[in-house]
Amino acid sequence: MIPRRDPAKRAVVVPQRAELTSWVIMRVTGALLIVLVGGHLAINLMTGHGVHSVDFAFVSGKWASPFWQVWDLLLLLAGLGHGANGMRTVINDYVRGDRARLTWKLVMGVVVAILVALGSLVIFTHDPCPHGAPADLLPSFCG
Amino acid sequence: MKDAETRGGDPTTPAKTTTLSKLGLGGTLYRGSWGQWSWLLHRITGAAVFIFLLLHILDVATIRISPGAFNAVMGIYRHPVMGLGEAVLVAAVVLHALNGVRIIIVDAWSQGAKYHKHLLVGVVVVFLILMAGFLPVHLGNTFGWR
Repeated sequence: MIPRRDPAKRAVVVPQRAELTSWVIMRVTGALLIVLVGGHLAINLMTGHGVHSVDFAFVSGKWASPFWQVWDLLLLLAGLGHGANGMRTVINDYVRGDRARLTWKLVMGVVVAILVALGSLVIFTHDPCPHGAPADLLPSFCG
Repeated sequence: MKDAETRGGDPTTPAKTTTLSKLGLGGTLYRGSWGQWSWLLHRITGAAVFIFLLLHILDVATIRISPGAFNAVMGIYRHPVMGLGEAVLVAAVVLHALNGVRIIIVDAWSQGAKYHKHLLVGVVVVFLILMAGFLPVHLGNTFGWR
């Protein structure tokens, strides 16, 4: 089993102000995510035929509107921010050794940064009417 | 569990020997009461949803390859087994969200800590109501009942 140790002797020394900022971030992004994820699930899983309606034409239709582009960008940023900060707490709790903790956090940070870049590019460089694609797969406005 | 229940309120009372501690699992058990289980559930659902989010960003990114590639990936989500997985995922998201609201209330409301068990009952009740609304629609779509 996990040996016990004195919490006061932990190697991680976190400035109080940083943890206060983290606490505020979790509550702000958490409240925001209730609206963002709630809307995402309601539209994508509860309308039409739910998950059976989600395809290239459906997503292209959503991203034709700046409203859903911004919605999904906020979802991406708030979701990854809230999740990464939560996983930082989990890593602090369970990963033993300063170097291992730092390594896990660096790996997670790199993965999250790549996904922020990838997700933002996908939302804002999306081509709803790619040349040469079968017309029946495209949204109706491609003509 | 009765021990854990009575111990929950007083942090100065030393932990008693429980069945779990005899099995060598005592070290992983905090005071074993409502607060601990909701904390554990919050952590498990949070980690699970985070890992799904990482994968979900990648699967949506296939939309930049071609319409056919994206539709093929979305087809995976329509498989009945994935449909059940999505039901579990939504349950995890809803539980995490509602328990998060409970945590905010406990932090912000002066009586929050006193009524945290009542708030947890509220979390379970609202969870059951929301899932009762979601599951028939989603399982209907997944299994073609609608």
